[in-house]
Amino acid sequence: MAQQNHTEQPTASMEQRVDAIQAVLEERNIKAAGTIEELSRLALEQWVPQNGARVVARAWVDPAFRARLLADGRAAVAELGLAMPKHHRHLVVLENTPAVHNVICCTLCSCTAFTIIGLPPDWYKDLDYRARIVRQSRTVLKEMGLDLPPGVEIRVWDTTADTRYMVLPVQPPDTIGWPEERLAPIVTRDSMIGVARL
Amino acid sequence: MDGVHDLGGRQGFGTVQYTLNAPAFHAEWEVRANSLYAYAVRAGIFNMDEYRYAIERMDPRHYLAASYYERSLTGLATLCIEKGIVSREDLERRAVGRFPLSAAGVPGRSNAAKRERFNPGARVRVRADHVPGHVRMPGYIRGKSGVVISESPAYPFPDAHAHGVAAEDEPTYDVRFRSEDLWPNSADPALVHVAVFQSYLERIT
Repeated sequence: MAQQNHTEQPTASMEQRVDAIQAVLEERNIKAAGTIEELSRLALEQWVPQNGARVVARAWVDPAFRARLLADGRAAVAELGLAMPKHHRHLVVLENTPAVHNVICCTLCSCTAFTIIGLPPDWYKDLDYRARIVRQSRTVLKEMGLDLPPGVEIRVWDTTADTRYMVLPVQPPDTIGWPEERLAPIVTRDSMIGVARL
Repeated sequence: MDGVHDLGGRQGFGTVQYTLNAPAFHAEWEVRANSLYAYAVRAGIFNMDEYRYAIERMDPRHYLAASYYERSLTGLATLCIEKGIVSREDLERRAVGRFPLSAAGVPGRSNAAKRERFNPGARVRVRADHVPGHVRMPGYIRGKSGVVISESPAYPFPDAHAHGVAAEDEPTYDVRFRSEDLWPNSADPALVHVAVFQSYLERIT
């Protein structure tokens, strides 16, 4: 199957290839079309960083929730009505402090807790980030605009199994005392990946 | 397999093309490509390990040049053909053009013969295994030593699960490595945490 065939036929466009596979799957199962449409809706509307932002905001204002979140992320996010796919059996929440900075990646593919922190952005799946963040973390973060003080310890988390990670950013001091609803909008996807601080 | 997908620590790559609020999708077909693979997993046509392995089997030149969603679609199409859902000829007829696919797979393997549980704090070494099939041990930790931080629930063993080989589910360990141990004199100081399957680990005595 690896051998390319040597006909004069040009390579099909991506749209043509997607259409071909979609047609095959939809002809095979009468319910496929509806499920595929629903999955696209979920990807665009439901698997968004605002989910994780709610989790972070709650953790900032509710110490008991924060403790539960750090102990068992999957159970804690379920309290907020957030689900994870069956094969994501474990959500580990990584607590940033003024002295410790966490950043997540997937060197082998693109794994993320996408139902919680949103589908991964383009650069997360690119070769450069996957190759370099584990080995040149401080340099890469600086290139991306996060210049960490020398005393801050960096912890890189490579998502090589079905355990999923999210970073719990440090709450900006000037937002202490804000209500949860006002805090959630300041939490960015990139801060939950760990390439930005708030 | 020691494929080009195993990118961690590879040198020669450049600046991350980072933009604020970078999108997950750049075209409508990418959204559908993502939904199609997710549908196939839900429908039980293949599992996530088979899917990842199908992408890893892409020709290296194709893998490195393809966009993320082209890689995804190539893995999906390869598996649909291997599972007998469509023939390559039919697929190329429908696509009105060539449909580049991944190379054929090789046999997988089951759990390691000797496995043991590790408590937090245990010193472990990653076995120096060279696995021809699917494996979730990034090459940069092979033979390296680290410390167990915690144990996860049991997961299907990828080296078997990607190949239809029978195996027991097994836990993964959060193992903490020092970047200076992984790449002596050639890394920014950091702690690198990797989720490592039990079969990949041995105790340091």
